[in-house]
Amino acid sequence: MKIDLGRLFDLIAGDPQADRAVPPTGFTARLTLFTAGSMAFLAVFAMALSLATGRLADRWSAELARTSTLRISAPADQADAQLRAAITVLETTPGVAAARPLTKDEQRALLAPWFGPDLPIEDLPIPQLIEIIEEGDGYDPTGLRARLQAEVPGAVLDDHSRWRKPLVAAANRLRALGWLAIILIASSTGAMITLAAQAALAANAQVIRVMRLVGARDIYIAGAFVRRFTLRALTGAAIGTLAGMFAIWLLPSTDVAGGFLTGLGFQGLHWLWPLTIPPLAATVAFAATRAAALRTLKEQS
Amino acid sequence: MIEFENVAYSYGGAELFSQVSLTLAAGSFHFLTGPSGAGKTTLLKLCYGALQATAGNVHLFGDDAATMDRDAVALSRRRIGVVHQDCQFLDHLSVTDNIALPLTVSGRDAEAVGNLDDLIGWVGLRGQAAQLPPQLSGGERQRAALARAVIMSPDVIVADEPTGNVDWEMSQRLLTLLIELNRMGKTVIIATHDMNLIRTAKSQVSTRVLRLKDRRLMQAGVEL
Repeated sequence: MKIDLGRLFDLIAGDPQADRAVPPTGFTARLTLFTAGSMAFLAVFAMALSLATGRLADRWSAELARTSTLRISAPADQADAQLRAAITVLETTPGVAAARPLTKDEQRALLAPWFGPDLPIEDLPIPQLIEIIEEGDGYDPTGLRARLQAEVPGAVLDDHSRWRKPLVAAANRLRALGWLAIILIASSTGAMITLAAQAALAANAQVIRVMRLVGARDIYIAGAFVRRFTLRALTGAAIGTLAGMFAIWLLPSTDVAGGFLTGLGFQGLHWLWPLTIPPLAATVAFAATRAAALRTLKEQS
Repeated sequence: MIEFENVAYSYGGAELFSQVSLTLAAGSFHFLTGPSGAGKTTLLKLCYGALQATAGNVHLFGDDAATMDRDAVALSRRRIGVVHQDCQFLDHLSVTDNIALPLTVSGRDAEAVGNLDDLIGWVGLRGQAAQLPPQLSGGERQRAALARAVIMSPDVIVADEPTGNVDWEMSQRLLTLLIELNRMGKTVIIATHDMNLIRTAKSQVSTRVLRLKDRRLMQAGVEL
């Protein structure tokens, strides 16, 4: 349905006389306020999830795309020689900005989650890891693998693509699910408000009969209901949005606790995004109530 | 104003009346009588577009009612004042607001505030203007309904049993108001069982008495 913004603004400006013709209906008023508030609260979280996973996808994509790892598994007597050969190959490879062997402490830290902090790494045949930092358009992984195979037989190049792709795909999928949740929330809001509007129209059948008797056009009668439901949805959504933003603000920050879940908030200008929810809810209510009212009035004629 | 050509109306497969031809000319005064269930209210509803004829043609101010959309019907109702037996008010609005409702829905409330006060005085409801409809007596409700019916200065006034719930004195008062309106040039059609009301009216104004009986519309025993 096409939304007439001019009509929406006229509606919010209001016609007190028309509004008074329809008696206040407590039940549908409370239902609309509650629905709009709850849905707006959920929409804030869906929006936060979507924006956070978007940031995550961008970060993973950027960070993992710029680094890769070379793993050298060689007999103890050849380890140093293969490490030096690998560094030489990497330093002469176009697209590689730096290549740095991880220290024993760094390797111990990587294994700590599985084996604890006191792992005697010096006594174990742990492969040596080399961190590769890329520059420009990056290196040619196929060419590098071929050179390594010839010069460093124990080297295995991991360009992170097999980790990065599913992670980025998962993050993008989560972002899409977040937006889908917002669309579903908007649709559910529309459906609930449609039901509430239909209940109000049915409860006011006598009012509609009288207004028709005195020459009211359908659009006038519908307007009295539409204005009421639009303003209720706007009010409820504003309350729900502010509550949702406050709840998000109360979440622990990344700096305090670290980790994925603590990043589920808004950052910077993203705090402005939830403010679009109340006018969107009002627009959904306007469209839903107008369609329901005009359909009901047509059926009742 | 309003014209019927061989109009029939059926409901649920049963024919209520048929072959009804009728012209409500400007400034005319009609009574519509007939036994209960003969279709008087239905015929009046056809006059103001609340129902569609199942056969024949109804013309409202020259337009074929069958082809009018709902907006056109609504606009034509602003030229027809309707008084129902049960009045049909919005019970949460004051008497003044109910009488002004036709002005409100047509966006003409501001220009007619002075006329509204005069009209409330004309029907003798100044003292009840701020009350709610359920607080009014039967006669007061009928007078308020009449005031609402005429506030737009309609061309036609359709009254369905306007004296059905009031005493003799009040029915004479309502009739006087309707005759006054007719003398102002309004077309009036009243459905009623009250033969005394008809006799009183005939002594004061030129009237035409129509009777719905046996699915036909008659005038003085002659089928129309």
